[in-house]
Amino acid sequence: MTVAIRVIPCLDVDGGRVVKGVNFVDLGDVGDPVEMAHLYDTEGADELTFLDISASSDGRATTLEVVGRTAEEVFVPLTVGGGVRSAEDVATLLRAGADKVGVNTAAVERPALIGEISRRFGAQVLVLSVDARRVRPGDEPTPSGYEVTTHGGRRGTGRDAIEWVSHAAEAGVGEILLNSIDTDGTKDGFDLEMIAAVRAAVDVPLIASGGAGKAEHFVAAVRAGADAVLAASVFHFGWMRVGEVKDALREAGFPVR
Amino acid sequence: MSRTSVVVLDYGSGNVRSAVRALERAGADVELTADADKVAAAAGLVVPGVGAFAHVMQALHAVGAPRLIERRLAGGRPVLGICVGHQVMFESSVEHGTEAEGLGEWPGLVERLDAPVVPHMGWSEVEPPADSALFAGLADQRFYFVHSYAARTAPDYVRTTWASHGSTRFVAAVENGPLSATQFHPEKSGDAGAQLLRNWLGTL
Repeated sequence: MTVAIRVIPCLDVDGGRVVKGVNFVDLGDVGDPVEMAHLYDTEGADELTFLDISASSDGRATTLEVVGRTAEEVFVPLTVGGGVRSAEDVATLLRAGADKVGVNTAAVERPALIGEISRRFGAQVLVLSVDARRVRPGDEPTPSGYEVTTHGGRRGTGRDAIEWVSHAAEAGVGEILLNSIDTDGTKDGFDLEMIAAVRAAVDVPLIASGGAGKAEHFVAAVRAGADAVLAASVFHFGWMRVGEVKDALREAGFPVR
Repeated sequence: MSRTSVVVLDYGSGNVRSAVRALERAGADVELTADADKVAAAAGLVVPGVGAFAHVMQALHAVGAPRLIERRLAGGRPVLGICVGHQVMFESSVEHGTEAEGLGEWPGLVERLDAPVVPHMGWSEVEPPADSALFAGLADQRFYFVHSYAARTAPDYVRTTWASHGSTRFVAAVENGPLSATQFHPEKSGDAGAQLLRNWLGTL
């Protein structure tokens, strides 16, 4: 009777199109987020996440249409993040068909945004996305040794990552998406120590991201304390299927859907 | 044969697009409205709800929903509450330390879950009673929950489906004559949720 570990594929969407699209033989249009969402749904994805990386307002408008079409055709929860700066942005995404909204840089720059969103829509709609890394040698140390970054990991903030997630959980976020900038893209596995440190600091659900290369990595992330695991490339490039991750979790004794 | 008419109550609740579409896929002719005549005339009324209990109650009052729901139930006309739309059917809630009055269709208090990780977010198993109509053909399925509060008791005279999170055993669904309600989101629960909605439409 425990809640299942969630496996969440993430799609990077630019101007309504999936970027980095590759060979899915069973897919007509690998660039169409709705088709990709369908495929992941069929494979057993427990939720889906769209990360809107559009630079232009036209691109963002197109993404909204895609969110709407996805919500009308795929019946698992959909989180949309990327460039969300205000409660009004959240309202727009929820109206379009998102169930949850990811907020990252804007909340670091203006932490009051968290309360503004959770008071208006409930904390459950708000996924705080945290891009964190180990403090670089020579940089100002933080108490935990982990530091929050912004702009997709390109800018350090000097802000302690554990202090930040604790503050955010107090202020009212529904869950935390923890992405390790150090392990992201390495395929060497998640930053397990950082997952454990965040797990110990907050009691909201924790989604681990960054570094998945094989099924065992997901199992290790859950052992370290993650309630859910998110990945983009491994699923997207077809290196691994959602079902394989679930099989590995099941064999390790974790509940899956 | 005409499709079963369903109104999804429109009172400014979060994302209702999926609820409308999921009901359409399940075979209903769906309208999103708070128009009193349409709410009264539909074969089924769905009351969605996300966010804080007190806020949802305020918004329901703003469109005159309590009276519309009461009238339907008095006439034995089916209503389905979802998530906070389920919670408001109980007497009251204590959320963030403040007590808010619900619609009071059932006795009981909606209170915070006692668990290491809250909100309860994700897919959980449920324990429906053997004579459940909503869960017919849905043994061993998981449904999608997202909530921090729940009712822990239900009266003996209703059919109660239970679920657990942490050390809290809570009411996952209630079937009580024309009034049904689910704490989880059937419209977000994939194929299992679609089957549950078809089951509900089948009772209309």
